[in-house]
Amino acid sequence: MKNIFKTLIISTALILSPSVMAETIAITGGKVVIGDGSAPIEGGTVVIRNDRIVNAGKDIAIPADARRIDANGKWVTPGIFAGFSRVGLVEIGAVRQTNDSRSFGSNFSAALDVSESIDPFRSPIAVNRAEGITRAVVAPSSGGKLFAGQGAIADLGDDINPITKSQAFQFVEMGERGVNIAGGSRSASHLLFKASLQEAQRYAAGNDAFDDNILTIQDAKALLPVINGKTRLLVHVEGANDILRVLDLKKDFPKLRMVLVGVSEGWRVADKIVAANVPVIASALNDLPSGFESLAATQSNIGRMKDAGVQVAIGMIDDRDAHQLRYSMQYAGNLVSLNKVPRANGLTWDEAFAAITSMPAKIMGMDAQLGSLKANRKADVVIWDGDPLELSSAAEQVFIDGKKQELSNRQAKLRERYRNPSEGSLPKAYER
Amino acid sequence: MSKSIKAKYMWAPLLAGLSLNMSVGEISPSFAKKKKKDDKEQVDKPAKTANAFASTYKAYPSRPTAVTNVTIFDGEGAKIEKGTIFMKDGFITEVADGDASIPEGTLIIDGAGKYITPGIIDVHSHLGVYASPSVDAHSDGNEITSPTTPDVYAEHGVWPQDPGFSRALANGGITSMQILPGSANLIGGRSVTLKNVAARTVQQMKFPGAPYGMKMACGENPKRVYGSRNQKPQTRMGSLAVNRQTWIRAQEYREKRDSGENFTRNLGMETLAGVLDGDILVHNHCYRADEMVQILDMAKEFNYKVTAFHHAVESYKIADYLKEADACSAVWADWWGFKIEAYDAIPENAALIHNAGACAIIHSDDDNQIQRLNQEASKALADGRRMGLDITEAQAMSWITYNAAKSLGIEDKVGSLKSGKMADVVLWNGNPFSVYSRPEKVWIDGALLFDSTDASRRPVSDFELGQVGEGDVK
Repeated sequence: MKNIFKTLIISTALILSPSVMAETIAITGGKVVIGDGSAPIEGGTVVIRNDRIVNAGKDIAIPADARRIDANGKWVTPGIFAGFSRVGLVEIGAVRQTNDSRSFGSNFSAALDVSESIDPFRSPIAVNRAEGITRAVVAPSSGGKLFAGQGAIADLGDDINPITKSQAFQFVEMGERGVNIAGGSRSASHLLFKASLQEAQRYAAGNDAFDDNILTIQDAKALLPVINGKTRLLVHVEGANDILRVLDLKKDFPKLRMVLVGVSEGWRVADKIVAANVPVIASALNDLPSGFESLAATQSNIGRMKDAGVQVAIGMIDDRDAHQLRYSMQYAGNLVSLNKVPRANGLTWDEAFAAITSMPAKIMGMDAQLGSLKANRKADVVIWDGDPLELSSAAEQVFIDGKKQELSNRQAKLRERYRNPSEGSLPKAYER
Repeated sequence: MSKSIKAKYMWAPLLAGLSLNMSVGEISPSFAKKKKKDDKEQVDKPAKTANAFASTYKAYPSRPTAVTNVTIFDGEGAKIEKGTIFMKDGFITEVADGDASIPEGTLIIDGAGKYITPGIIDVHSHLGVYASPSVDAHSDGNEITSPTTPDVYAEHGVWPQDPGFSRALANGGITSMQILPGSANLIGGRSVTLKNVAARTVQQMKFPGAPYGMKMACGENPKRVYGSRNQKPQTRMGSLAVNRQTWIRAQEYREKRDSGENFTRNLGMETLAGVLDGDILVHNHCYRADEMVQILDMAKEFNYKVTAFHHAVESYKIADYLKEADACSAVWADWWGFKIEAYDAIPENAALIHNAGACAIIHSDDDNQIQRLNQEASKALADGRRMGLDITEAQAMSWITYNAAKSLGIEDKVGSLKSGKMADVVLWNGNPFSVYSRPEKVWIDGALLFDSTDASRRPVSDFELGQVGEGDVK
């Protein structure tokens, strides 16, 4: 309540005190989706001032100095927030020099920080921005250590400052991959997990017995805020029993603020996930037993977890996570389609859209700033030519931090060069 | 990078120590007297062994069925509103524009608000040869022991119990697919075209009468795999050299075979000669525009045809060449950037190929996207329209039906809804170009093999039987 009051004061202040520096934009007439799971609003208005949302909804006061953008017949929504990605870390997956998602040769693990690697000039940033993706959870991949390192929240803006929040979370592999890394068994991965956190505690206590065979000092330092709950711990886990055993780790480390990632069999133990009060960033459409940890995988997983009361967002976990964040909308749409399939469990449209906007923000503890068109959020706004979850729709205008974004990219330029493939009076290399 | 990409493009550990000389390039050249090409039609071809591992596919029982009042995409570019389709004895017997008189004893399904399409066909799948679960022992799609393995057959690696087949059926409406060897080798072996019907044996799945395909690969994969072993090919130069030398030997083998002299059967040469005979269709994995044109020149040199380039992310740069060569391009809607030869991929690729009058196909190469080829086609269509190309949904439907069938040499049997064709049909619960639609019923040869409204009409492979999630909606 206090926050809301504060927000109102700030919003009012912004409306009433026009400044020559400020730009105020009013997007009018569109079908407005707030992103918090509420229903779309026909003929709504979104008011942006500088980098923030002033207000959005029906019958919103439009400041006199506002530049108006007519969105009649369009949809206006918060930008898509990719719930799990490696965007900005990779230009070309198989070209080693352009792939910073994992650190195969490093001695370090938990201390690795992706915010050093996120490059706003990578073309996947531009390509996905043009599709309406504005923010992303960016996680490191494990280069061979259980703790992969520190992830960030990033924006996909056309500027030199991609980091919204660095060291936003720690990422750890506790499924079949973690087992392989740790030495071949769940016993080994759990022991390594616990031993690592215990070493970090010993380091913090100034204990001489610190065992640098398990952790470097830098890694120990990076794990301290995880142990004391200041930094979230994103845990990649898929199988039902693995999920339960991971939840058990809270007994040893009660302050851990875990977020489960992947979670293909989450529906089988959804009640336990709810009881542990742990949110989930899940793969939306995994339905194959790609390993024995996902025998019960089904596209109904997210719907069933949601029905059980799990807080769940959609992420791209090891699924073209550096290049194709634009699948977020397609995946969310697919979950809506399940509502028409007998015995399947999907999400309503409103829930599905929230799962790729406000839910990732909420799960990452940033929903007061990001993920919706509620007042005082960062003005990440997309104007679409139709239903943003529908395959035929596209983003027409994208705003990040209130700034209208450049949507051109090299794919668009290649397209135009080869609109007609044959040469004209000069070689193709002269056409641009 | 997804697990499936890993499996297919083999970032997996390379078998660097192995150097088995099983390449056809190592086989002693034949000294048979060369004959003119014109002679080949007149001579008997004793080594055509089409009956080995013959299809034992049999259509399951069906009942005469009519879907009425339904929107129909016929697969060849036409759309019928409020149409009726009849199926009887495994075949399509009539596709009517509007109402039609319905014979006695026909099961009538009201298709109001729903859509009918031909069964969806994926021309590039590794189901069965890279089966789920993707454990090491299920890696049966790449014989990475020689850069040319035309002697291997994908069907000998297919595990019919791969749970992926059922997902492709239920979520994707896939009724036929080509299973290909992987792309580690320049010549990967024979493909097999299957009906997506659960079976105990591969032979029971083999599409009756479908020609064989032969997988070839250019570009990064073969040269990475063999180059890292200090073996040819280490470069694109080496790739073309090995290919051409192999074709020369295949020509010699074929001439000897056709000469009537005694000769020893050679499985690899038999496949290559089958290509030169025009009986086996070449499916060539190739990304870059310039390389595709090199391959087309090689095909001219040895007088064979490239039926389809697969992956073909740069086809849009040479759509004119591809039209001229009558080569199809089987492409993804929007994959890009996973390796440098996929760097120039654009989402308008399929639409630009189509627009140039060349043959466009959307393929999956993926056990997940095979479950939504309709959505991939829809995205590719939308991107094309957005750049101003005039393409209808009915035309785009051909990218995953008729054109796919054509590239597999089965377009006379499936791929469109024409009277007399096999009744491989999907009833969608809405427009298949919408993300909100799913298959409701799938018929293969008229037999209802998936019905979303009937939990008993959903195949459950042996692998999933007795496991948690058995028979779930998936």
